[in-house]
Amino acid sequence: MSAAMTGTVAAERPTSTFQTFLSRRAGMMPTFAALIILVLLFVGAEAFLRGDFITPGNISALLLDNAYLVILAVGMTFVILTAGIDLSVGSVMAFTGILGAQLLARGVPAWLAIVTMLAGGAVIGLLIGTLVQYFSVQPFIASLAGLFLARGLAYVVSLSSIKVENTGVLWLQTNRIRVGDWYITPTGLIALLTVAVAAFVLHLTRFGRTIYAIGGNEQSARLMGLDVGRTKVAAYVISGFCGGLSGLVLTAYSGAGYPRNGIGTELDAIAAVVIGGTLLTGGRGYVLGSLVGVFVYGTIKTIISFMGAEQSWMQIIIGALLLLFIVVQRAIVARSEQRR
Amino acid sequence: MDGARPLLELTGATVRFGADAALDDVSFRMFPGEVHSLMGENGAGKSTLIKAVTGALALDEGTLTLDGDEVRFPTPHDAQRAGISTVYQEIELLPNLSVAENILLGREPRAHGVVSQRRMRDQARGILADLGLDIDPASILGTHSVAVQQLVAIARAISTDVRVLVLDEPTSSLDLDEVGELFRIIRELKARGVAILFVSHFLDQVYEICDRVTVLRDGRLVGEYLTRELLRIDLVHKMLGHDVSDYKARQREPVTQPDAPVFLSARGVTARGIGAADLDLGEAEIVGIAGLLGSGRTELARALTGAAHLDAGIIRIEGRAAHLDSPRRAISLGVVYSSENRRAEGILAELSVLENITLALQAHRGIFRRIRPARQRELAQSWVEALGIRPPDLDRPAGTLSGGNQQKVLLARLLALAPRVLVLDEPTRGIDVGAKVDIQNLVGELADNGLSVMFISAELEEVLRVGDRVAILRDGRIVETLRSGDMTVDSLLALVAQPDEQEG
Amino acid sequence: MRIWRHRLFWPSAALVVLVAVNAIARPQFLRITLQDGELYGALIDILRNSAPLMLVALGMTIVIATRGIDLSVGAVMAVSGAVALTIIDGSGDPGATGTVLVAVVVALLVSLVLGAWNGFLVSALGIQPIVATLVLMLAGRGVALLITGGFITTVNSAPLAYIASGYLTVLPFAFIISVVVITALGLVERRTALGVLTEAVGINPEASRLAGVRSRGIIWGAYMVSGVLAGLAGIIYASNIKAADANAAGFLIELYAILAVVLGGTSLAGGKFSIAGTVIGVLIIQTLDSTILFLGVPSAQSPVFFAFVVVAVVIAQSPRTRNALRALGGARRPRAAASVQDRPKVEVAS
Repeated sequence: MSAAMTGTVAAERPTSTFQTFLSRRAGMMPTFAALIILVLLFVGAEAFLRGDFITPGNISALLLDNAYLVILAVGMTFVILTAGIDLSVGSVMAFTGILGAQLLARGVPAWLAIVTMLAGGAVIGLLIGTLVQYFSVQPFIASLAGLFLARGLAYVVSLSSIKVENTGVLWLQTNRIRVGDWYITPTGLIALLTVAVAAFVLHLTRFGRTIYAIGGNEQSARLMGLDVGRTKVAAYVISGFCGGLSGLVLTAYSGAGYPRNGIGTELDAIAAVVIGGTLLTGGRGYVLGSLVGVFVYGTIKTIISFMGAEQSWMQIIIGALLLLFIVVQRAIVARSEQRR
Repeated sequence: MDGARPLLELTGATVRFGADAALDDVSFRMFPGEVHSLMGENGAGKSTLIKAVTGALALDEGTLTLDGDEVRFPTPHDAQRAGISTVYQEIELLPNLSVAENILLGREPRAHGVVSQRRMRDQARGILADLGLDIDPASILGTHSVAVQQLVAIARAISTDVRVLVLDEPTSSLDLDEVGELFRIIRELKARGVAILFVSHFLDQVYEICDRVTVLRDGRLVGEYLTRELLRIDLVHKMLGHDVSDYKARQREPVTQPDAPVFLSARGVTARGIGAADLDLGEAEIVGIAGLLGSGRTELARALTGAAHLDAGIIRIEGRAAHLDSPRRAISLGVVYSSENRRAEGILAELSVLENITLALQAHRGIFRRIRPARQRELAQSWVEALGIRPPDLDRPAGTLSGGNQQKVLLARLLALAPRVLVLDEPTRGIDVGAKVDIQNLVGELADNGLSVMFISAELEEVLRVGDRVAILRDGRIVETLRSGDMTVDSLLALVAQPDEQEG
Repeated sequence: MRIWRHRLFWPSAALVVLVAVNAIARPQFLRITLQDGELYGALIDILRNSAPLMLVALGMTIVIATRGIDLSVGAVMAVSGAVALTIIDGSGDPGATGTVLVAVVVALLVSLVLGAWNGFLVSALGIQPIVATLVLMLAGRGVALLITGGFITTVNSAPLAYIASGYLTVLPFAFIISVVVITALGLVERRTALGVLTEAVGINPEASRLAGVRSRGIIWGAYMVSGVLAGLAGIIYASNIKAADANAAGFLIELYAILAVVLGGTSLAGGKFSIAGTVIGVLIIQTLDSTILFLGVPSAQSPVFFAFVVVAVVIAQSPRTRNALRALGGARRPRAAASVQDRPKVEVAS
């Protein structure tokens, strides 16, 4: 002990703005890495595909084609920041999607169908959160149960796909707002709005800071008098709600509800969040990073289809990226453990 | 000051873990405007007492009063709200958030209904300035050194309306200037009438800052003293205690054998917490290790047994250099280690006594050379009888045994390996007197049969009586190795308690 | 020792009750007939159909005993089936026993490599098991799709079909495979020291390391066993549908396997495990599945039932429920006994 006492440094004062930035924003490095990967993907695709890739149409489509995943990734970010995981989101999306389509087909007004979808997602999230927080069930087990429940319920609602004819819901996708060659639909706006609200909540409310605190050290967060229990449950409720919202967006996008939608989508959402720089051990990451992660995901997918390659490469490339980020994260954690 | 009413008073406090009492009928009080120190060795019950005061643990018996009213804190947060702030030894902060948030989260300033990072930074800067700490409040806590993080934890603790401040080993990662700064703050708080509990194993610091000291040993209260009336050597004596066991004095060879064959020799062994240690373990010899908490006792033991990574130095076994890079390798060379931390690193609570005893031997033989069940039973039975393990039920989960019997099970596990070197780290800590005598006698018998033993204990008398020679550790270094016949408890005490030159 | 204190009492009782309910509701359930020297009946179907889940759950039991989890088993099943069927499909003689044998051996070797990969991430790199196996869970199906070229490879091969639907003497061959694996694992557990050493690693890795146990090797081995068994399950699955379906093979099987392990009384926290318990757990799940089908519920909807079973089991096992029950039953049990169940988290007193 005393050997260390002679040599320890006093308060280190950052000497340059760069160092100040580093000490304040060290946690952003993985997100920057994702951003660089995204830029490289764009530049590479542009060079490779002879200037056909970076077009306003393609980039607009990138957001719209992946709007459902952006929303899922936002919800997943909340859960992963608390050091949890939610494997149910793909199935929740399928369940709420088919539920909404069924309700609309039965003549239920659009607003009521939408509220039911969102509430349905949130209730499944509540179930998972309750199991995790109050019954000490490991998050992946609790959310696997949620996955089972949602997937089974999707088939209970309907065994086959149901077409949506409600103009109100379809309007979300068909109404294109154009600015020059760029365009966006209400579904894209919903996705961006979700990101904005989540960023606001995570950074500027006590609830959001508590989410980060739980991921940093749950015990400490409790000692600081933060409401750990309710916040943790709320993270899963938010994730479930986002599942419902993405069910709505996907239904509008595809014009139908289908109970086999979103199989494996939870893994895509996790991959996007991790690639976007959020640590699976919790406490570090940004919801904007998750947006970048989804764009990386979507860009790879677009490139693969441009090249006419097998879509199965998608899962392999995303798996490899996930592995890369996990190993790098592990190295970061191992180094900070050594510092202690 | 004794006429004043204590701000906080703990009476008849008892906390039990399973069969063992970690705190046994202890009374303790703190006065406003006074710095109080809690002293004791590992396992004396200091942490348990702190946890009982700060709401982290419930009392099994006894009462806690704050300002004359009986209180009960179901959670640490309740204690905080009552004005009891704690800075734990392990930093209990959030390394992923900013310094400002770590200080103010839970009562953060707001603007327009949302958390105002700017006002939070300004407030935090003010609090840090009070502590003489010039760091960027917006920086992420985890990017700072442990010392700075420690000071931030203190900043958080004193930024509330604090009445009782508990500092558990706050200085172990601070350098001299930082300690000075901390002491300035402590004096300031003291002048404001705050009652401060200061726990440290640095005696000099205790004497510098504390007004009153309470000494615990083995979960029991030894006494409460005014620091200025208690000699340093008496304090150490009270902490280490003297055991009343009827240890059978070992029949030492009438003629001392200075050139008994050396079995294990360590030269320049350096690892985390231990520097350039030279030590020889002779055949049939017991070397006792004496030193205060934090002197590197455990680190030395782990370095010699493959449990910790060696930074430098060489270990020879029977003259040949041995590369002890894992406990497994050490075991294959006949060097075995029993950890001081029985629960976390020793006993496998859910496995039976039989499985616990045969585990190491089985691991040593390998997966496919399984010991036959009948042989296992026979082996375990013979050790249960030889060591007097109670209850003598081989199929009982080992976690249900008392501490002393768990320790015997661990010893049996190691002895079943037929080792040549036995390194025992506090084998008698926290166990009852009977088991203690059993273990001491056993160690003597083992040495008589040719084993080399390294025996670590916080009790100097025990070290002196069990050991043939005693190595004295101070500050991560072996400062002296003497024959125990040439020492008395008092002379050993003087060696152990000598002030550290660096901190004088 | 009272009988209901035995760890296998409740799982066995649940299975017996389930069988009894079925027997009352549909008397033909218990009927077993002998045709051409082969046994048929609902119970035989359960034994046969349970083979893939049985193998995966047994592997999962061992991984869970080391404090781990293997989420990639479904993906490994898909890869194994894809490898085997692609080899058979590409060979000149799909109907030859030799071809099928080669295909099976290669598929099992690939599965072993995948298991070793998981083990490497967990034991050598120290990545949390759930995260480490997530990678393969995600990428594995992509690999399987790539092997089959993105299609569902179908083959017509008698020796392949035999694996899932053939009979060896009077019993289904798939069931014989289960029995052989159960027996092998049981023998390894009983006749070698692997069982107790695995439990030691799962209960306390650091104490085990100090006692000289090769923790790393044991953990690594557990994932390899899980990989091979998942691979075998994948072959049986592919044989059953005579096709390699990279998306449907082993879909959700990780949860069914975990459920079987938990139903069998093995704690997800690692340590003490029970092969027999897992066998009972698998049979409970398979019987329940058969019951749900009998009730006329489409099999796609059955996850709802299992979701409720999972929720009920995890709630029953949670510390909160146990404490509540203990409080109801009076605090007569000594605390010492209770403290063994609650794993010593870190040090308790110091």
